[in-house]
Amino acid sequence: MRIVYDLGKYMLFMRNMFSKPERFSVYVRRTLDEMTSIGVGSLPIVAIISFFVGAVTTVQTAYQLVSSLIAPSVIGTVVSDSTFLELAPTITCLVLAGKVGSHIASEIGTMKVSEQVDALEVMGINSIGYLALPKIIAGLIMIPVLIIMANFLSISGGIIAGKYSGILTPTEFIIGARDTFKAYTVFISMTKAVTFAFLITSISSFEGYYTSGGALEVGESSTRAVVRSCVAILVFDFLIAKVLL
Amino acid sequence: MIELQKVNKSFGEKQVLFDVDAVFHKGKTNLVIGASGGGKSVMLKCMVGLVTPESGKILYDNRDFLQLDYQDVRAIRREIGMLFQGTALFDSLNVEDNVGFPLRMFSPMSEEERRERVNFCLKRVNLENSNNKYPSELSGGMKKRVGIARAIALDIKYLFCDEPNSGLDPITSRVIDDLLHDITHEFNITTIINSHDMKTVYDIGENIIFMHQGRAFWEGSKEEIAVARKELPELDHFIHASFIE
Repeated sequence: MRIVYDLGKYMLFMRNMFSKPERFSVYVRRTLDEMTSIGVGSLPIVAIISFFVGAVTTVQTAYQLVSSLIAPSVIGTVVSDSTFLELAPTITCLVLAGKVGSHIASEIGTMKVSEQVDALEVMGINSIGYLALPKIIAGLIMIPVLIIMANFLSISGGIIAGKYSGILTPTEFIIGARDTFKAYTVFISMTKAVTFAFLITSISSFEGYYTSGGALEVGESSTRAVVRSCVAILVFDFLIAKVLL
Repeated sequence: MIELQKVNKSFGEKQVLFDVDAVFHKGKTNLVIGASGGGKSVMLKCMVGLVTPESGKILYDNRDFLQLDYQDVRAIRREIGMLFQGTALFDSLNVEDNVGFPLRMFSPMSEEERRERVNFCLKRVNLENSNNKYPSELSGGMKKRVGIARAIALDIKYLFCDEPNSGLDPITSRVIDDLLHDITHEFNITTIINSHDMKTVYDIGENIIFMHQGRAFWEGSKEEIAVARKELPELDHFIHASFIE
């Protein structure tokens, strides 16, 4: 019953978010600030993770494909397809659920417990729209950009790891990646990116907004935001794969 | 003028307001006094729309706040300024942006006009040359003054203050009291102050409402308190407990 109640509350939260903005220019400015926070702020961690995920996948794929009947370029095929379909969007978004999600939930939660949200309401401002909408729009723009970058860096990591560990040459890797490349995998990657971006930002905003109490509850909301975002990402990861593949 | 008629509010099984009738006069400092848990804050939250009462009327110059549609409620809220107990300043904004926030959201002022108005408000609360400071860099008294400046930034008709002296030393408390009193008369607004500080009552109270166990127990002027406390042991006990004779 609890999950049904929370789902209904989440739906109402989403509906309230889309009432008419008070001053459009203020929302644009806030969205740009959030884009900097979510996008630029997450760049280093996304870069490091995607590079090493690509590198590790190359080494482990080579370890499993120990047969003279299999061309080394197959490793490039496996790594690039895995990157587009799963590793870049899902792993990156699971990390972003931790970084961005906890930041959003704790920021809004702190505003809630320190009466800043009440101050917005008393002024006649739609606090849900003011706080959550710019974060969601910023996430929908910047997280796909981060995933594009993650795709590129993950494959780059695979190429570099393959070369320096003597598994395959960059040419072999690229031939393998090109041989079976389908633009549709990039479409799936972007579909996942947009869906996960929405889930992370909206669930975290929701959890932050309904924080009540004090510092302890802000921490709990933050943790709940990360856990629920991660579970939602995994569920939708499966659904998207099932529907689109 | 604000009038409350038969306002009732419960949280679950616990009723916290019982048929509250009260009148808050224009151009006067209306003080709501009473012990903690007496229903002062809940009444204030009902009046500004943060909590919805089960029954009764809240009339803002004969406009029933509880019967108005969403847009009209928002219009009334733009006539309201509120000083929160914890000031509720926006942590991410400096003093100038905090005070200018309602102007940015609701007034058609240019950047230059807005800055002038902000400087006027800050000067009015004796807080010049602090425009670029952030809330974390301000003392408790300065935060309260910024909160007051933000509350009066728009041309408000009603000013609500929840425990404006909490956490302040006696000297700063008197400064804040005098400021609230002067602003009330200067702008001819209806000011409602929640307080349990009897010094505030004797210094600036013009219309006093004593809340006890969720009821508006007594209403009158500070000159009438001496007589009333002889007849009402609850009021006498509260004043006696305040150690102010």
